[in-house]
Amino acid sequence: MFTKKRGKSDPEVSTASLPDIIFMLLFFFMVTTVLRDGERKVAVVVPEATELQKLQQKSLVNHIWIGKPVEKFRDTYGTKPRIQLGDKFASEFEIPLFLEQHKIKVPEAQRPRITTSLKVDGKVTMGIVTDVKTALRKANQLKVNYSARPRGN
Amino acid sequence: MARTSSRDRMKNEINAGSMADIAFLLLIFFLVTTTIDIDKGITVKLPPWSEEDPETQKLKKRNVFSVLVNAQDQLLVRGEIAQIDDLRFNAKEFIANPQRREDLSTSPKNAIISLKNDRGTSYGVYVEVYNELKAAYNELWDDECQSMYGIPYSEELPVAYRKAIKEKIPFVLSEAEPTNFGEE
Repeated sequence: MFTKKRGKSDPEVSTASLPDIIFMLLFFFMVTTVLRDGERKVAVVVPEATELQKLQQKSLVNHIWIGKPVEKFRDTYGTKPRIQLGDKFASEFEIPLFLEQHKIKVPEAQRPRITTSLKVDGKVTMGIVTDVKTALRKANQLKVNYSARPRGN
Repeated sequence: MARTSSRDRMKNEINAGSMADIAFLLLIFFLVTTTIDIDKGITVKLPPWSEEDPETQKLKKRNVFSVLVNAQDQLLVRGEIAQIDDLRFNAKEFIANPQRREDLSTSPKNAIISLKNDRGTSYGVYVEVYNELKAAYNELWDDECQSMYGIPYSEELPVAYRKAIKEKIPFVLSEAEPTNFGEE
């Protein structure tokens, strides 16, 4: 009697579709992933705001980070807020070159839509931010986005 | 004998059992490196740079809503100490001036918000103030949009609609050069 029953049923769940499921997840994460470009050298916690707008096209955005150097660079760079362009520390005088380097990678028709995203730590004083803004204005890069987190109400 | 061996050969499939493991490995890699994109912020348009001093315009005092943020992050709105929480309401009142008061703007088209800060003002407070002023305009645009087209204001609105609304209530925010106080 027992042998009969065991013979009839095949209790194993088929795992043949497991790779497909995993692949699906994999593709989801591959599509949503933004590989972090370079090392972050300044600590930035952007302020909170409510009137947020999404930045549309990734390729039309360049980022300027402003904040205090992270722990391991404090010995060499101190704790004063610094600017990070790309993956290295910079001064506001290097901004025009940085913008130009980004610009040449963008098709000419889309260049007026280039936006600069300012990722600035909330505790940084306006002095350095103003210097950056002035540099941007001089370089005629007028579309700017103050990066912020949505405020949780 | 020959038949069985040929059948054996036909059974030679690639073992797909490890496929899941490979996929898992890739999946974990992407899981770790992923930062789901939350690139949002307040979009502003900076004024173009010019070497010459800008023309000084005489403005009626009632049309200017001056906001000063000092190095101690305190607010001075139209000459009086103010709190950030009241800023949005006051700005809205100033721009729209529903009661036609003598000391508020003559019309939304003439209203100018002037923002000035010190070099020592913290960026967080600056953004907060800017956010409140922008929110005041957004709320006014929303009201206008509701009364004109019966739909809430959003960035997805047709350009013509947005233009018509911004024609009525233009966003004018003038930022003065900051004063050199209290920099780190």
